[in-house]
Amino acid sequence: MSMPFGYASPEQIMRDKADYARKGIARGRSVVVLQYEHGILFVAPNPSRALHKISEIYDRIGFAAVGRYNEFEALRLGGIRYADVNGYTYDRGDVTARGLANFYAQNLGQIFTESVKSFEVEIVVAEVGDAPEYDQIYRLTFDGSVFDEHGTSAMGGQAEAVGGRLKERYREGMPLAEALSAALFALTEPGGERPTATQLEVAVLDRNRPHRKFQRLTGPRLAALLEETAPKAAEPKEPKEPEAGAKPETPPTAPEGEIDTGSGD
Amino acid sequence: MAPHRELPAGLMNHLFHNTGSPSFTEFVGAYAPGLLPSRETLAAPVGDQIPHATTIVAATCAGGVVMAGDRRATSGNFISQRDMEKVFRADDHSCLGIAGAASIGIEMARLYRVELEHYEKLEGRTLSVVGKANRLSAMIRGNLAMAMQGMVVVPIFAAYDPDKDAGRIFGYDVGGGPYEQQQFHSIGSGSIFARGSLKKLYREGASPEDTVLACVQALYDAADDDSATGGPDVTRRIWPVVAVITADGFRRLSDEEVQGYVQTMLEGRMSDPDGPSAPLR
Repeated sequence: MSMPFGYASPEQIMRDKADYARKGIARGRSVVVLQYEHGILFVAPNPSRALHKISEIYDRIGFAAVGRYNEFEALRLGGIRYADVNGYTYDRGDVTARGLANFYAQNLGQIFTESVKSFEVEIVVAEVGDAPEYDQIYRLTFDGSVFDEHGTSAMGGQAEAVGGRLKERYREGMPLAEALSAALFALTEPGGERPTATQLEVAVLDRNRPHRKFQRLTGPRLAALLEETAPKAAEPKEPKEPEAGAKPETPPTAPEGEIDTGSGD
Repeated sequence: MAPHRELPAGLMNHLFHNTGSPSFTEFVGAYAPGLLPSRETLAAPVGDQIPHATTIVAATCAGGVVMAGDRRATSGNFISQRDMEKVFRADDHSCLGIAGAASIGIEMARLYRVELEHYEKLEGRTLSVVGKANRLSAMIRGNLAMAMQGMVVVPIFAAYDPDKDAGRIFGYDVGGGPYEQQQFHSIGSGSIFARGSLKKLYREGASPEDTVLACVQALYDAADDDSATGGPDVTRRIWPVVAVITADGFRRLSDEEVQGYVQTMLEGRMSDPDGPSAPLR
């Protein structure tokens, strides 16, 4: 069968695009999102104070992303406009994470099929409800697929390994300090050193806050929380040793070298 | 893909279109201009036929600012609503009160809240107090054509300024503004009486509690002499809306708290109907 010069099958094109996007996303550090007692916690290793990976979208909705900064920043801004326009047109209560996830899915899917280069991003859209059972966490991948996550979500870097460690420590209704400790356990390579307050971007959607539920945890508050979790983090070092012996090839959290600031390269 | 060229990197929806400014009003004006309040002109002045909101007072206090508004809306000579709310939270450290055409005022307050929040979320910082006051001015100017037809909206804006660690108050007219006001200010049909009252009752650097009481007194004085301003409705338990903004943020006092201030004031007025008298010298 003769092929025109330069022909590539659609399957091949899609596979190449997906591989390209996956590689880009795996280069950075992971971000984890998990439920805790009073809402939803976002944790990202990110030494930059200006370039955020975690953001507020609306009263009850938060956003977290990994991958190429300029791309997920465009998604973030579009999402804020979507939410503000809808909240202003109808009512503030009519803006939902499900609607926003669909909006993102449509656009990411379109970009994946139509553009030469797909977005190298993975995002989480989370909404805090009046009670834990009404919390929603949606994870969206570069091709517009939507995953309805329960309890925890991890993306970017060695997402599977991080997600596995997170599930290991996660239980329903954890207090904030314990949830943060679980997130840090997941984000830290086995035997590695935990990131300090200045290397972390942490935020919560706290259902008990009035008006806007999103709040960044920074400065003294974050330092105090980290201190609270520090002794607990020292314990797991004991049981980890046999585990490390049994599975010496545990995948690392992220590649060697500088922490990714999210600004791409 | 050519039609989407003006959008970043293959994005389809115009919600991704960057207008080059973090202003929500500008964005919505380009994206869905019909959503903006009142950019049209009316055939004939509607004047008294639509509900009007009346008196709002604001006064600075130690470490912040207090705003209070009565609850009445009137259409000409009849009372269209007894429990109207005219003091709105704009963001964590600012609020606005509206006087004039109620419908447009409420929509303006809603838009203004989104405007401040939109900027904050896009830019990752809060607007300066003067920046906030200027944005409101542009919004009022947008309503000028309607104002000329009788749909006048004049807001009052109050905010806690972290740079000065003090409360600040801004007034406006139908063409915009802002005019920064020292100490206290009032707007609406009863504002003349409220301002006269505050002139005698305002104490520089008084506690928020004392300032709330002064504002409640001023609203009572306005209701006393202006038919369009509602006094506290004791039988229906409708009290003025009172907001206090300090470094801790915006706080609207609960009905029970306001009831306490109103009762203190009413008890005093039982023996002295004109309220506390200021010393002559």
